[in-house]
Amino acid sequence: MNCRQIVELMTDYLEGALSEADRKRFEAHMTDCDGCTEYLKQLRTTMRLTGRIADQSIPAQLEAELEQAFRDWKSRP
Amino acid sequence: MDAVSAAHRLWELAVTMVDPELEAVRSGDDRVFEELTRRHYPAMLRIAMAYVRDREVADDVIQEAWVTFLNTLDRFEGRSTLRTWLFGILTNLARARRRRESRFIPFTSLFERGAGARGPTVDRRRFGPDDRWKSPPPSWSLLPETVVESRETLAVVKGAIDMLPPKLREVMVLRDVVGLSSAEVGNLLAITPANQRVRLHRARAAVRQKLEGFLK
Repeated sequence: MNCRQIVELMTDYLEGALSEADRKRFEAHMTDCDGCTEYLKQLRTTMRLTGRIADQSIPAQLEAELEQAFRDWKSRP
Repeated sequence: MDAVSAAHRLWELAVTMVDPELEAVRSGDDRVFEELTRRHYPAMLRIAMAYVRDREVADDVIQEAWVTFLNTLDRFEGRSTLRTWLFGILTNLARARRRRESRFIPFTSLFERGAGARGPTVDRRRFGPDDRWKSPPPSWSLLPETVVESRETLAVVKGAIDMLPPKLREVMVLRDVVGLSSAEVGNLLAITPANQRVRLHRARAAVRQKLEGFLK
């Protein structure tokens, strides 16, 4: 496997979707390829940063509307 | 106990497992409901915004999702977690809302038909004739952590996700932003694991590329 193929297999690798044989070839390539090692590291950083973008808190108006919706639901017949 | 009845017992346990928050909502506890709506809001907003562009419309869909959640509480049997179930309702409502709105707003982009769909995710000019890296990604390890983790960097990530074709964006938001499992997302979007991996990979590669441009 060469670098151009390896970069396309990285999510399959992270998802555990490679066959045993492909996984071994993938890992063998990574042990002596700095470029691919860095690329995989950057994909992991990308995933970690992506996990941090949900940061807005609930607007007061929506919160009030939901409180009302809950009261309506409780008083339903 | 044989294996079959052991498995059956386990299944029974799973379906009857009581979620204390769910029980509190069922019994009408305002405080717990409020805490739930607050806690899940950030993830719900990202999901809704993966489908609709307008923040007000997104909040509207979120409200609709909670009302649907309450109205279907008695049908929820605990086979999935409250979160998966709630996000499933929201995803379906947000998708329906986009379909309704896209009748009025043309929703086509060149990216959607071109670069998003197939082909390599890394510019092939970055590889030499032997298909090994010629221009490898510059390392981020030497950058100060405060830069990599900065608000500006997160804004770049957000912007990059917004620019993804919708089919890539929905998978990335559900998996990497919200943190659902591959099985959960497969069920929710009714796509095969292979298709999900392709979309996820294209999305991650596109966002990484944007980050590379920003962090150099």
